Amino acid sequence: MEIIQTNHMAQEFVDQVEKMSHSNLSRCWHCLACSGGCPFSEDMDYLPNKIIRMIQFGMKEKILKSSTIWLCVGCNTCSMECPNCVDMAAIMDTLRQMAIAENIKIAEPGILSFHNAVVDSISRYGRTHKLEIMMRYKLSEKDLFSDINLGLRMLSKRKLDLLPSKVKDKKSIQSLFEMAERLS
Amino acid sequence: MNKIENQLSYFPGCSLATTAKENNASLNSFLNHFDIQLTQIEDWNCCGSSSTHSVNSKLALSLAARNLFLAPRDKPLLIACPGCFLRLGHAKMELNESREKQRQYEQQFDRPHNPDLQLLHFFELLVTMSRNGVFKNLTGRLKGLKIAPYYGCMLARPPRMNKGKNHYGLIEKTMSALGGDPVQWAFPASCCGTFLSVSRPEITEKLVNRIMKGAIRSGAECIVTACAMCHLNLEIRCRKENRLPIFHFSELLSLALEGKASRDWFKRHLINPEPLLEQKQLISCKKAGNPNGFFR
Repeated sequence: MEIIQTNHMAQEFVDQVEKMSHSNLSRCWHCLACSGGCPFSEDMDYLPNKIIRMIQFGMKEKILKSSTIWLCVGCNTCSMECPNCVDMAAIMDTLRQMAIAENIKIAEPGILSFHNAVVDSISRYGRTHKLEIMMRYKLSEKDLFSDINLGLRMLSKRKLDLLPSKVKDKKSIQSLFEMAERLS
Repeated sequence: MNKIENQLSYFPGCSLATTAKENNASLNSFLNHFDIQLTQIEDWNCCGSSSTHSVNSKLALSLAARNLFLAPRDKPLLIACPGCFLRLGHAKMELNESREKQRQYEQQFDRPHNPDLQLLHFFELLVTMSRNGVFKNLTGRLKGLKIAPYYGCMLARPPRMNKGKNHYGLIEKTMSALGGDPVQWAFPASCCGTFLSVSRPEITEKLVNRIMKGAIRSGAECIVTACAMCHLNLEIRCRKENRLPIFHFSELLSLALEGKASRDWFKRHLINPEPLLEQKQLISCKKAGNPNGFFR
């Protein structure tokens, strides 16, 4: 059996997560409704409810290094299942952002690359340009060929536009990025 | 909303503006038939999508807030994409709950926050239309079409927003009202895997094929979804043996009207729905010729 050493930092971590996610972790009674309902749980290294217990035990590093926090897509299925209104999806958002802020080694770098490609696209055009997001993602992952047939099919069906749909007032988008920077 | 408003402002979102143009066109066509005019928010931007709130909550709020501040104050705002609906609704909640945030964004956008802006889910509009008897005379064309109603995660939301309206059963109700035959099946609210389709395609493929197989087992001839992201994922990650036509909700609604659907929409599908539509006589056979691209 693994023995977990809790420490005085545990409460600080709990407080931080609760504040950022607007959730009360002690409401969780580990009924496993979230984990049972989660369509991604079988690919996760820790089940969602286990993450809550790990937060309470102060196992910060293990959590922030987990793939669970990146495999969560925020579909909110868990939130609909939870009888106690624990906002699991918001907790996962919080943990991802902590992992980024603290320069933790990311368990799913491909997923983060994708998120970054989307945010990049929004910063350039104010909207998402799917073709460019895909190309940038594929380049960053050095994986140009895995979906090439699919890409061609989508292009031939005109599912992927060559040119982006753009916001005219580019400055206002830029200032939103600056504002977010300022506030964090 | 009890009365049908004829003038709505409209947030299409990136998917409907690009990959799901057929969703946008069919939605507009359907609503125009009932004299409901949509006016896009001038210079709208991306709602932030799943990626922004995953990595930067402040930016997610900022992006969604810009659209809320740009929306005309006097009209309900129709949001076509369930993902965008959630992002904009979440931003409205965050602003309404915090004077401090309101003040910051009022300063940023140089206009007052509108705490009462009505965000209108497409489903809510349909409920009102149905209540007003709009679908009464439209019960013929979809007759006998076996439909698997697919919500994906579109109706799920965080606990802080759980006081909102719940639209479960609405696809079933609407499709039955139009003569269609919605099936009971196991995966109406099972997430499609969203963006993992790009970075962890094997996970999305597993979920998508589980959903598609479930639909086939239920005897459905097609799937209908109200989310453009789900539509795309089901089409692109479905294995050959599990293929079934997938319609945007707005396409089936338009097909229920005579002469409103356009073959151009279905040409953009990766799983060709035309054979099914021809078999059900919802579109005329190709040879009959159709100069304007619209079919009976």
